[in-house]
Order: sequence, then C-alpha cells, then structure tokens
Amino acid sequence: MKLNIVGYYFREAVQSIWRNSWLSMASIGVVAVSLFILGSSLLLVLNVNSMVGALESRVEINVFIKDKTTPAQIKEMEEGLRSMPDISEVRFISKTQALEEMKEKFGDKKEILSGLEEKNPLPDTFRIKTASIEMVQPLAQQIEGLPQVDQVRYGQNVVEKLVAFGRWVRLAGLVAMILFAIAAVFLIATTTRLSVYARRREIGIMKYLGATNWFVRGPFLLEGMLLGFLGSVLAVMVIYFGYFSLVGTIKVSLLFMLTVTDPGLILPVLEGLVALGLIIGAAGSTISMRKFLMV
Amino acid sequence: MIHLYNVTKIYPNGVKALSDVTLSIRKGEFVFLVGPSGAGKTTLVRLIFREELPTRGQVIFNGKNVGRMRMVEVPYLRRRIGMVFQDFRLLPQKTVFENVAFALEVAGSGRRDIRKRVPVILNMVGLAGKAGMYPAQLSGGEQQRVCVARAIVNNPVLIIADEPTGNLDPETSWELMKLLMDINRRGTTVIMATHAWDIVNAMKKRVLALTGGRLIRDEEQGAYCYEA
Repeated sequence: MKLNIVGYYFREAVQSIWRNSWLSMASIGVVAVSLFILGSSLLLVLNVNSMVGALESRVEINVFIKDKTTPAQIKEMEEGLRSMPDISEVRFISKTQALEEMKEKFGDKKEILSGLEEKNPLPDTFRIKTASIEMVQPLAQQIEGLPQVDQVRYGQNVVEKLVAFGRWVRLAGLVAMILFAIAAVFLIATTTRLSVYARRREIGIMKYLGATNWFVRGPFLLEGMLLGFLGSVLAVMVIYFGYFSLVGTIKVSLLFMLTVTDPGLILPVLEGLVALGLIIGAAGSTISMRKFLMV
Repeated sequence: MIHLYNVTKIYPNGVKALSDVTLSIRKGEFVFLVGPSGAGKTTLVRLIFREELPTRGQVIFNGKNVGRMRMVEVPYLRRRIGMVFQDFRLLPQKTVFENVAFALEVAGSGRRDIRKRVPVILNMVGLAGKAGMYPAQLSGGEQQRVCVARAIVNNPVLIIADEPTGNLDPETSWELMKLLMDINRRGTTVIMATHAWDIVNAMKKRVLALTGGRLIRDEEQGAYCYEA
C-alpha cells in the first residue's frame, strides 16, 4: 500500500517534469550552477587550508635579542615564552650557533666570514613556532614589546596573504552560493507552481475525495526534489571530473599546489552538494504549494 | 447521524447564508434539500463536508463536532462522505475505470483491492462495458453515473448530491434517481439538494425547505412546495 503511493508520486512527478521540460531544464541548470560554485569554492578552501597547514610547520618567528642581555635574563625570557599557550616550540640559537649556521649556508665561500668569531655581529635568537598560523602576527607584536627584544622577524607577507586569501575565497564562495541558491529555490518554485496550476482541478477533486495534504503534496515535493537532485548530480560530475583533470595538469606544471586529492576529504563535499540540492528542491516546491493547499 | 444546532454562517463578505438552522438527519434517510438559488443549500452541504466552518452553532457528524475537527482529521471525514456534483467533476485525461479508481488511490487502497472493487461498482451503476472510455466519450447521464460510482466506491455512510440532475434531461434524471434510491436501500444516507420539483413531489421523501438561509419547512413525505 505504501509502495503503491510512492509509485504514484513518481509517475506524477516525472510526468510533470516532462510536460514543463524547458523550465525543468532551467531549474536543473541553476541548481547545478549554484552548487558548482559552492563546490569549487569549498574545494579551493580545502586546498588553501591544507597549504596553510603545510606552511604552518615552516613559518617561524625570529626574535633577535639585544646585545647586552645576560644569560640569566635569556633563561628567564625563554621560560616566559614557553609558558605562552599559543607557542608550540621555542628554540634558542646563540650568537656562535648562528654564525656556524651562516657559515654552513655560505658553503665553500665561508672564508668571507672568518675573523668574525672575535667580534660576532649576529645576535642571540629565539626561533618560535606557533600552534596556528593566525597566531603568528599577534604573537610577534606581543613579543616585540618585551624589554630585551631588539627585533622580531617572520614571513609577514606569505602568512598574511594566505590567511586573507582563504578568508576571501570562503566569503566570496558563500555569498555567490547563497545568491544562486535563492535563485534556484525560486526557479524550482516557479516550475512546481506551473504543475500545481496545471492540475488545480485535480487537486480540488482529490480534496473532495478525502486526500490527505501529504498525499496531494507528495508529487510536487518529489518533483522539486528530483529537479534539485538532477542539478546537484550535474554539478558533482562537473566538479569531480574537472577537479581531477586539473590536479593532473597542475602536478605536471607545479605552478600551484592542489594538494587535496584524498577521496576521503572530497567525497563528503560532493555528498553534501547532493543533499543541498535535495533541500533546495524541497524548499522550492514547498513555497509554491503553500497557497494552493488551503482547502 | 447528522445534527445541526443553531447553525449560522456568515461569509467574510458579509453575506448571511444560513441563520439559526437546527435539524437532524437519521442514518438511512433519504432527504431532499429544496429552495430557491441562494437559499443556503450549498452552504449547508459545505458545512457538513467541512469545506466551510459555521460562524455560530454546531455541526455534528457521527457524534463528532465537525467545526472543531483538526485539519488532519478532515480527509478521513470526507472519505466517509461521497459527493456527487452537478458538473460531475471527472478528470478528463483519465478513463472511467481510472476516475473511479482515483477515489480508492486517494484513500490509500492497494492495486489488488482497486482491481477487485472498481468493476463491481461499475457494474452496479450500469457502466460495466464503458470502463476504458474517457468522460468526453460518454453522455451526460453516463458521466453522472461515473460520478456516483466514484462517490460510493469507498463505502461511504453518506452521499451528498448537489443538484445532480441539473445537467440531465428528465429521462436520465429518473434513471439517476433510481440509482440513488438503490444506494439508499442498501443503508446509505442520501442528502440531495435540488430544484427538480417533479422528482421531489413524486418521490414522497423527507423534504427540508430553505429560504433566505432559514429552514422554513421540514416534513416527512413532503412536496417541493404547496403551490406546485
């Protein structure tokens, strides 16, 4: 008996999608476009996040200490830094160590630096790693204010730009997606409203025969959800094949890192898109039916 | 089975369609509802069917206050009442069989049940040979019989016919009346709103006469009106 009704819903829904095929295609298209935008910006954010994560472990704050600081003060300062919650690692590099490092970097031209051992111009340094990349800038500013600190250096530009880029992509993607989703909801509402209108006589008779509201709504709800589903499947297919062919080309040229290729991370995004397509469809048909069913 | 207590209906536009109507209809009765156009016959029917709510007073159907009924209960009320309309209200794109089956589908019956029940009902209204035809291929009398078949297929306890003979010639009207009498003899209550005074006078059934929204006459074995 229940199966019977589902069969009836499907017959009616498919029939009216077919009857309004142009508008149905437009609805599917708009759903696909909006979900495509959402999906690609989500994937971009995913990649930016993973890049930020990869850089996070590399971005350090270099804290140069004033020349006449005593070892005791340095020790005290190190403890102070270690006790800060956002700092994950503190490494002390003395003047001599710094010079050794520099010599290593110069390789076979290290004679240039000879003689500097007597009067080493390099300062003692703390190298600090933070728990998250967003904390780099505020921490650097905080540390700069400490009395023994001469200067603070970190990869200002890279960090700021990356964080800002991630934020911007997220925002732009969200705004575009919301606008398109609203358009999609209303287009689906228009499509289902047409089929509600085409069958208003039938709806009236159904009411007289004692149909429940859900029985009357069923086919229209299903129609909207089918449109949303088809649109989302279209978007998912374009994103899926587009993304992996893009990853393929980029890996060769190495211009930009698309690091996320793990299906475990991408599949939830795609599934979410399909679910959203269904929700958009259901919302659209619900809007169109509200007026008509008050008997 | 049906009780109306001091029922008044005023439409939102201010028209007073019924004023202070009190009446009772017992199970198994055959009742004519007569009166000029605008007397409130259709409003009375709509109140029983819960298409409209009474402004004042109470409508009781089978012990339930129809006016206080929750929206989710309304479909189940309507499945126990079969409606026959003057304009038939058949679905043109469905066959006779499908039109009758539709009432069962709406009520959630299974396919096997539908295949068993529809032919029985079509046979009863004398349309066994026309199951595959579309409403447009049928005469007015035949279409009205499809409408009756659809109204009774769910085994309702009450049939409400709103001017069922309005679009039929006298001879077909009488065939329809025989059908309704038949249904009534099987125990189904029938309420028929009508202008057809000759039918009312000949049938000698209970007559409720409405004028200007008031119940002015209620008599067993009545006539359409005294002058006629």
